[in-house]
Amino acid sequence: MYVAVKGGEAAILATHDLVAEARRGDEAVPEISVAQIREQQGLSCARVMNEGSLYDADLAALALKQAQGDVIEAAFLMRAYRTTLPRFGSSEPVDTARMAIRRRVSATYKDLPGGQVLGPTYDYTHRLFDFALMDDAKSVMVGLDPTISGREGRPSTAPHSAGDARVKPEHDVAPLDTHMPRVPDILGAEGLMEPETPPVGDPRPFDLTREPVSFPADRDVRLQAMARGDEGFLLGLGYSVQRGFGGNHPFVGEIRVGEVSVEFVPEELGFAVDLGDITLTECQMVNQFAGSKDVAPQFTRGYGLSFGHSERKAMSMSLVDRALKCREFGEAAEYPAQQDEFVLYHSDNVEAAGFVEHLKLPHYVDFQGELELIRRIRAEREQRLAGENEVLPEAAE
Amino acid sequence: MTMHQALPGDDTHSVDSTRPAYNYAYLDEQTKRMIRRALLKAVAVPGYQVPFGSREMPLARGWGTGGIQVTAAIIGPDDTLKVIDQGADDTTNAVSIRRFFEKTADARTTEATEQATIIQTRHRIPEAPLTAGQIMVYQVPQPEPLRKLEPREAETRKMHAWAEYGLMQVKLYENIARFGEVTTTYDYPVMINGRYIMAPSPIPKFDNPKMHMSPALQLFGAGREKRIYALPPHTSVRSLDFEDHPFRIQSWTQPCALCAASDSYLDEVVIDDQGSRMFVCSDSHHCETRRADGHRGTMLGDATASGLVEESKS
Repeated sequence: MYVAVKGGEAAILATHDLVAEARRGDEAVPEISVAQIREQQGLSCARVMNEGSLYDADLAALALKQAQGDVIEAAFLMRAYRTTLPRFGSSEPVDTARMAIRRRVSATYKDLPGGQVLGPTYDYTHRLFDFALMDDAKSVMVGLDPTISGREGRPSTAPHSAGDARVKPEHDVAPLDTHMPRVPDILGAEGLMEPETPPVGDPRPFDLTREPVSFPADRDVRLQAMARGDEGFLLGLGYSVQRGFGGNHPFVGEIRVGEVSVEFVPEELGFAVDLGDITLTECQMVNQFAGSKDVAPQFTRGYGLSFGHSERKAMSMSLVDRALKCREFGEAAEYPAQQDEFVLYHSDNVEAAGFVEHLKLPHYVDFQGELELIRRIRAEREQRLAGENEVLPEAAE
Repeated sequence: MTMHQALPGDDTHSVDSTRPAYNYAYLDEQTKRMIRRALLKAVAVPGYQVPFGSREMPLARGWGTGGIQVTAAIIGPDDTLKVIDQGADDTTNAVSIRRFFEKTADARTTEATEQATIIQTRHRIPEAPLTAGQIMVYQVPQPEPLRKLEPREAETRKMHAWAEYGLMQVKLYENIARFGEVTTTYDYPVMINGRYIMAPSPIPKFDNPKMHMSPALQLFGAGREKRIYALPPHTSVRSLDFEDHPFRIQSWTQPCALCAASDSYLDEVVIDDQGSRMFVCSDSHHCETRRADGHRGTMLGDATASGLVEESKS
């Protein structure tokens, strides 16, 4: 009977205490620190930064701590904070060709300038539990399988337990090539890749956090929406494209992960100032070629860019980016992944979670309306049936 | 660059100096201006959905962020705010939103409909008639009345532009053909000023007639869908119907069990698992006011004895 009872406020305050208690868990277990989350749950932090649209690893870690590891709740915290920040302007475009590479792989060439750099990847780990990690007393700095563990550039003097049978592998400590051209640029030099040119006048990109989106949406809006879109949703859509609900056959031209510097030109200075480095993952998919009688066939591009090390996100995004380009290439938009309104509206997990979960809110006024209607329709039906039963015998006579 | 936000330490309302201070009513002044511009446009074109740069709010999308942004854009220190959800001031989300404005805008709040200058609501219009100078702010989950008929925004905008509303009439007709009446009980579509079909938000159709020619300004905010629309005072609001199937509102066979009102919207409360029910006013303030005036429903004695309602205030 909480309609008539006072007490909603007290109940809400009590939930705040309960959630604080649940967050902390058993107090016999030491509390996790924000720095530990930032350093040891980096992939989660990257996802929170992406879906929260804010590059700040400390805040992402704090959000994860506060949200008990709930990534969507953490992204929500990031966004609610981000929206209050003043805008100083737009940075210069980051140059991923000059990325300080940690990982760079291409599926289209066996070898290429700069080489293949595996870097830290789970790709070739066997998904076997490393029970040594259960024991938090040891500081284990080597992977499960030394032959494929990648920790390039780390000092080989890292301490590890003498009792550990595993061996710190001898990594190739030779520095990576400074020049690592992007694969689509290599194809582009030959004229085989669809060129990416800024729109006329190179306008400032649309900001979907400040202005309402209208459809059909341009590519800057689409890429922006996907960059903050839900990884799981984009993964599913990307998968649907591959399985036939989209019809593109993509090759991973290149995935690169590393640090790029962000530069900003303050109006009063008039020259670029380096604001610092951010970690990015970039994926460029090479798709089947398009061409016409007048235009020579070219490969088409799907592009994905995300904060931190987040390959699955960047790959999914590049698949869906290509699918959404169907209008530009005159392809029929038959499948969900090709429909910008469908993809953009529904990829935002903070909005989606809000609307799905609002069903928890009281709806008894509306439900009462439905109850009143259904009871009345049923009563009227019974009356009518009763009336028909009276009439029928006469009709038979 | 939007630099109208209060800087940390700049805010006299800030209690805890370690936290960054927020601007009055949370939103920065540029954002409020943007919302007010959208509101002005909405008032100028009654029933038309104006896209606006809806912000991320610290409350969940779908939980009233549109209404909250509208209220934040119009509230000032002289305002008195009432927040209701399902007609009641004490439902959880109404409490949460009221606390938000008490915290961020130092808002003076009230439960008394007649004292409020701004009433933010979800799913109800108060029973007491609104007066000139009052502003209703509706929380809107789905601003597009045609959405269930046509999922694509690009299409529905065209349908509004051309006033191409045949599809809606067909839908209502099909309801009648199948069930003998229109089966929409809430968010019942209305025609505004003879031009735009508008979603009145999920208020029960019982409340639709209250919108018609109301002396109050009525503002609608849909945060997740990024739309604002409005009804200026004294605007015609017609619930869609047919000549031979006129619009009608809900009615009950019994009055409110607490205050004996026979003309208010009632909530059904299940009181045991034997099928017993009581019907009470959904507008909690209306019910309290009537009880204070000496109206007594059949179950008021029982409800007071078991502590379910307080004895009427003096």
